[in-house]
Amino acid sequence: MSIDKDKIKHISKLARISVDEKKIDSLTKDLSSIFKFIEKLNELKTDNIEPLSSILDEPLRLRKDEINDGKIREKILENSPQKNEEFFVVPKVIE
Amino acid sequence: MPDITKKSLTEIISLIKKKEVKSEEITQSFIKNIDNDKKLNSFITNCSEQALEKAKNFDKNPNLQTLLPGVPLAVKDLFCTEGVKTTAGSKMLENFIPNYESTITKNLWNEGAFLLGKLNCDEYAMGSSNETSYYGNVMNPIAENTVPGGSSGGSASALAADLTPTTIGTDTGGSIRQPASFTGTVGLKPTYGLCSRWGIVAFASSLDQAGPMTKTVEDCALMLEAMAGFDEKDSTSINKKKENYSKKLTDNIKGLKIGIPKEYRVDGMPKEIDQLWENGKKILKDSGAEIIDISLPNTKYALPTYYIVAPAEASSNLARYDGVKYGFRSSKGKNLIEMYENTRSEGFGDEVKRRILIGTYVLSSGYYDAYYIKAQKVRRLIKNDFDQSFKKVDAILTPSTPSAAFKIGEKKDDPISMYLNDIFTVPVNLAGIPAISIPAGTDSNNYPLGLQLIGKPLDEQKLLNIAYAAEKKINFKQNLQKWWEK
Repeated sequence: MSIDKDKIKHISKLARISVDEKKIDSLTKDLSSIFKFIEKLNELKTDNIEPLSSILDEPLRLRKDEINDGKIREKILENSPQKNEEFFVVPKVIE
Repeated sequence: MPDITKKSLTEIISLIKKKEVKSEEITQSFIKNIDNDKKLNSFITNCSEQALEKAKNFDKNPNLQTLLPGVPLAVKDLFCTEGVKTTAGSKMLENFIPNYESTITKNLWNEGAFLLGKLNCDEYAMGSSNETSYYGNVMNPIAENTVPGGSSGGSASALAADLTPTTIGTDTGGSIRQPASFTGTVGLKPTYGLCSRWGIVAFASSLDQAGPMTKTVEDCALMLEAMAGFDEKDSTSINKKKENYSKKLTDNIKGLKIGIPKEYRVDGMPKEIDQLWENGKKILKDSGAEIIDISLPNTKYALPTYYIVAPAEASSNLARYDGVKYGFRSSKGKNLIEMYENTRSEGFGDEVKRRILIGTYVLSSGYYDAYYIKAQKVRRLIKNDFDQSFKKVDAILTPSTPSAAFKIGEKKDDPISMYLNDIFTVPVNLAGIPAISIPAGTDSNNYPLGLQLIGKPLDEQKLLNIAYAAEKKINFKQNLQKWWEK
């Protein structure tokens, strides 16, 4: 699987990261060598192997649906880069 | 009194308990070392003033019934600390002040410790040399311009240079054990689920584990005891009784079986590492353990598996940094999407972006099965290898790293050669099992080298005991000249 510039542009769109045109060549080179490295896995036959997503044997616990926090709106807003009274502010999305 | 900052955590606590020294005096001594340091760059945030205040309060009415009475300590800047800036080594979180405390740090404070400062680390814990931090390189106290390892590089450097009596790090693929090995200190990655992940800036959630970094194995047992425990806020926290690791610590390891995996003898490994490993075997044998050759056949697939699983999880976890709720926001962009793209482009460093892109790709439509599911299948095979081996042995002995610390800049431009640093540590994270690195010797430059002991899930006690026995026989001593104070 080779990685080319168009693919990098597509992935960066998906990841919502703008990529500097000047850096795109070195990024293509780096990612190509990394993918070559990880494709070593294709040597292995894994047809009947169950994928492992968590090493814990038990399924995730459920907790009671009880309110145990809240009323911290101001505290949460303190870390917002831009706010207006009790709202987060983002660039205009509706014309 | 001789320099108190050179003492082990256990010795310091014993002096406090005997009332031979006050917490304020100890705290002052560490602050002096921190202030005198001009080169290591191990701290991102200095909390000296608050620490002194806490020390004085402790001395007024000392509670000696806790595990860490009156102990000042600095932590990796990946643990959220209430009211204290938490950056994760990133520009993205340069001004982030959490309004909550991570469970692990809260556990430490409940045991009588208090915060001395926040320690430098690779950006979002992604790196093996601390060179990806937005806040600059950290130097290893063993030699100028040498990396301390990563990602918990600031933690390892500060500990080895006596700027903190103990510290904590996180380990996703070796980020505690590799820097411990590079700095001649002890580092433990516990079983996945033993220490709560709540309030730790997330990297790869199925691999991340917090753990202690200390000067001795005894200190390590004590710190693990203070950190570990069930936490309702972490859905992957294991619900089990607390252990008294430090009380049960013993160097009697007679009859234990230690496995030596042949696959860890890699091409081009320096001779010193081989000798170190041989010496480790001999020491454990002399202590009454039985040495058994074992095979972990899928070891060579661990790193490629890791470099699919970890970036995949990271790309999901780091999707939260959008410049809206907290963190950095770019001033450029005509609309919401452009604001997101510029925020993430300017706020993240190159290695983080690289890993987000890899992760996004392996999870994207059409490639998910070929990469991500494939990696999860191989992860099962790697875990099975360990399960099979642990039917025959109690623990596994390997080198911690394939080389000693390297120079700043030496591997920066080649991601693969940087990734190879973690070749011996990554399999453990994939299998979710515990492992400890202890200093065991030096290379031809006199740089420290570590040995790694790998254990069964939740068998930290046995691991600590074996490490304790080995530590006594190895008797590793490091005499660092304080070049960083000039």
